[in-house]
Amino acid sequence: MADTADTITGIECPVYLQYHFTAGRAPARFLTRIKEGVLSGQRCPRCSNVYIPPRGSCPACGVPTEEEVELPDKGTVQSFTVVAIPIPNNPIKPPFVVANLVLDGANISFIHLLSECENSEVRIGQRVQAVWKPREEWGYAMDNIRYFRPIDEPDVPVAQIGKLPVTGREG
Amino acid sequence: MSTLAAVVGIGQTQYKTRRGDVSIAGLVREAAVNALQDAGLEWDDIEAVILGKAPDMFEGVIMPESYLTDALGCNGKPMLRVHTAGSVGGSTALVAASHVQSGSFKRVLTVTFEKQSESNAMWALSTPQPFSVHLNAGAGGYFAPIIREYMRRSGAPRDVGIKVAVKDRLHGARNPLAHLQLPNITMQEVEESMMLWDPLRFLEACPSSDGACAMVIAAEELVHESPKPPAWIRGVAMRSEPTMYAGRDEVNPQAGRDCAADVYRQAGITDPRRDLDCAEVYVPFSWYEPMWLENLGFAAQGEGWKLTMAGATSLDEGGDIPWNCSGGVLSSNPIGASGMIRFAEAARQVRGDAGAHQVPGAKLALGHAYGGGAQFFAMWVVGADKP
Repeated sequence: MADTADTITGIECPVYLQYHFTAGRAPARFLTRIKEGVLSGQRCPRCSNVYIPPRGSCPACGVPTEEEVELPDKGTVQSFTVVAIPIPNNPIKPPFVVANLVLDGANISFIHLLSECENSEVRIGQRVQAVWKPREEWGYAMDNIRYFRPIDEPDVPVAQIGKLPVTGREG
Repeated sequence: MSTLAAVVGIGQTQYKTRRGDVSIAGLVREAAVNALQDAGLEWDDIEAVILGKAPDMFEGVIMPESYLTDALGCNGKPMLRVHTAGSVGGSTALVAASHVQSGSFKRVLTVTFEKQSESNAMWALSTPQPFSVHLNAGAGGYFAPIIREYMRRSGAPRDVGIKVAVKDRLHGARNPLAHLQLPNITMQEVEESMMLWDPLRFLEACPSSDGACAMVIAAEELVHESPKPPAWIRGVAMRSEPTMYAGRDEVNPQAGRDCAADVYRQAGITDPRRDLDCAEVYVPFSWYEPMWLENLGFAAQGEGWKLTMAGATSLDEGGDIPWNCSGGVLSSNPIGASGMIRFAEAARQVRGDAGAHQVPGAKLALGHAYGGGAQFFAMWVVGADKP
């Protein structure tokens, strides 16, 4: 038996998958609205929680969500991580901050990039706002928002994160 | 449950970065042969095979169970594939157990595997979707913010994760099958390792491993046909919850608490720290030890880290409730098999067959697995004594 270092035991065979993404009614509505620069969620008729991006049902109550709620592009850092390794097929250079953000008026977080900040100063409860791509680059995608950046507003107490009205801190 | 069932054979492979000497089929067969040998049985003694692994996208072999029938000696026999993300090793064992407990089969072989060297897990878990930005930096990137929230809530000192990383590697150094062999690891070494997903460092994360784990589970009437002591299955439970819902407690998931309560009730456990002798718990990132100590009721909420820091979970420090004596997921992580290794190692302990990482006199042990966004849970309690 040859030395295993000289033996070919495997070859790399890249595969390519091309597919059409069928979003479903609620995410399709969300994507249509975000193409117009509007963040649109849905409210659960039973627990009144607002989901964004909406999936057309409330996972807690198991009921369909119909009522559309327009949300601002301001929110709060629920938690975050500073990532030191690159993401496959993504040009972002580490270290970068990926944050779990809750928009004002929403009751669920999503992840997005946090930028224009000192990584060491990012904190739970910090107030942030979206930085959008130029309007002509908008498509049917969440990355119409390039990233979020900190804004000059007092931090939100932990107990209130995910519970602010659409009017934010002033509300 | 109607029929009593027990683990009568356990087989594992060596866990390492790359098992270039075997194919996937060779890998699962190695574990299966070891389990049959341990059980003193032949292929013909097995009635059905229950197979589990993590997503097919990992190795790019779709429905690998079909191609593995030859290697697992189950041509013409019933075979079932189980898939519940990272918890799959645990839930596969439970599905196998249920097929014996229900009386469907008298003796089943159950096998799980992953060949991470032939796969790209990070890529497989990062398929872009338009309503979410493409920022998926692997499992560590997903769990790091949840860990940060635990740290905030509990006020735990910053070095709890470092302590777990050292403790589990010292345990792993007692286990010749463990992938990482780091008998001289120090707190300083872990602390100085690269911060990958702040607050998680490189040495606070699990490795990528090749490996397979197998068990033979038999009905009570056939248990005596295997020579070594059985591990009696005293309780089995699975629970799941949605990945995302408003108000979800990601740090201390309801499904995990419910699953633990169910399995403890079946096994007659009222105080897990007192009643159990040891536990094998799915801890792929160091901080999940204190988090699961609380979720599983070994400590009050916000106090799991105190057990860790006091050495209660350490075999080397003579702790009263050693966790992950085998080295745990932090020492070996063939993803699809990792949950079953927890279940099998719990069984090894109560069979008195755990070698240098044996907890002296262990009679009752917990095996635990979780997966997805910490939303799938699988647990069993095994005992030296027949219930």
